Amino acid sequence: MAIWIAANPSIFFVALQNHLWLSGVALAAVLLIALPLGLLLTRHRGFANAAIAVVNILRTVPSLALLVIMLPLLGTGFLPSVVALTLYGLPALLLNTYTGLTEVDPDIVEAARGQGFSDGQVMTRIEIPLALPVIFAGIRTAAVQIVSAATLAAFIGGGGLGELITAGMANFNFPQLIAGAVAVALLALAVEVIFAGIEWLLTRQLRMGTA
Amino acid sequence: MTWTLENYDRLLVALWEHIQLVGVGLAIALAIGLPLGVLSARRPAFALVVLLVSGALYTVPALAIFALLIPYLGLGFWPAIVALVAYALLIIIRNVATGLQEISPDILDAADGMGYGRWRRLFAIELPLALPVIIAGIRITVVTQVSVATVAAFINAGGLGDIIFQGITQDFGEKVVAGAVITSALAILCDESLRRIELRLRANQAEHA
Repeated sequence: MAIWIAANPSIFFVALQNHLWLSGVALAAVLLIALPLGLLLTRHRGFANAAIAVVNILRTVPSLALLVIMLPLLGTGFLPSVVALTLYGLPALLLNTYTGLTEVDPDIVEAARGQGFSDGQVMTRIEIPLALPVIFAGIRTAAVQIVSAATLAAFIGGGGLGELITAGMANFNFPQLIAGAVAVALLALAVEVIFAGIEWLLTRQLRMGTA
Repeated sequence: MTWTLENYDRLLVALWEHIQLVGVGLAIALAIGLPLGVLSARRPAFALVVLLVSGALYTVPALAIFALLIPYLGLGFWPAIVALVAYALLIIIRNVATGLQEISPDILDAADGMGYGRWRRLFAIELPLALPVIIAGIRITVVTQVSVATVAAFINAGGLGDIIFQGITQDFGEKVVAGAVITSALAILCDESLRRIELRLRANQAEHA
């Protein structure tokens, strides 16, 4: 594996760069959609149940199915891959944002209002900080899911480390196949560990803040 | 829709292969995961090691696991099963252990007082009480496995993924969509039916409590 990477550094780093770029854009899109939408749903509880039912179905759709369904709609390449990965990561963060916010103790919110906090202040100073650990757990799940599913983007011409695996398989180039597989496995584990670390720091800070 | 209607027999074969992959993978995962889950509930140090290892396995992308197994196990059904089992273990072990740990100590004391032995207590009291949590784990496992089994077509394990990959190489959109839609429907159906079983079990337990 290391020998193959040393012999083909440009192929490897382009694939890695594509993988990070695909995942990064999709995760950013998930954050931009899921955070405000989750917040909005807590303000419209009647609508929330319907939305959550839809999201639960979306969560069940297999990653490969979600990616290839883009083929007839958007064709091959970067854009369809990003759209599919965004849809794939969305449920985890949306559900956690909603759950985290609804689980905030209503007494605390009431107390804040009693002290003259405006709606905006209640949201930014009370609800969001208290929900942050649950929201961040959702970000971690979404990030790991996206990095993992981005491997399959190779099947719809989206590039990434999965391409080393599919090309290696097609050309019986096993060193390349293994390089791609090990790299993507390590990348997924690294994302999991890094986000878990940030989550741990966040919750520790929060515990110390309330103690 | 014409291709789909004319080739429904091929789709049914692929669906049956898919169900076999998930069924065999789940059965083996339960055979390994149940005892390890019971052991994890009894010994926290063991639980930590098992959850770390199975958690790491769970994080590795499906395509990577399949690719890494090729040099050792080659292609086909059984290498795919190895990967499917690897994915299932974390959830099964974790949920069995959680289900057992959540049982009230009073119930266990009562069973001990009635002279239940360790094994009888486990099978007659603890596992039935933990069943809703275990079923919840099986639900997540099955949905994950339906998804992972799609990618298993990459190492010639058959299933609905095979239809998708054929559609991609032949640049035949309808085949891709048919494979993807049936796979999704299978996942949604499994999820919903296991969710209902879980809810009914919980309702039954609440009634008896």
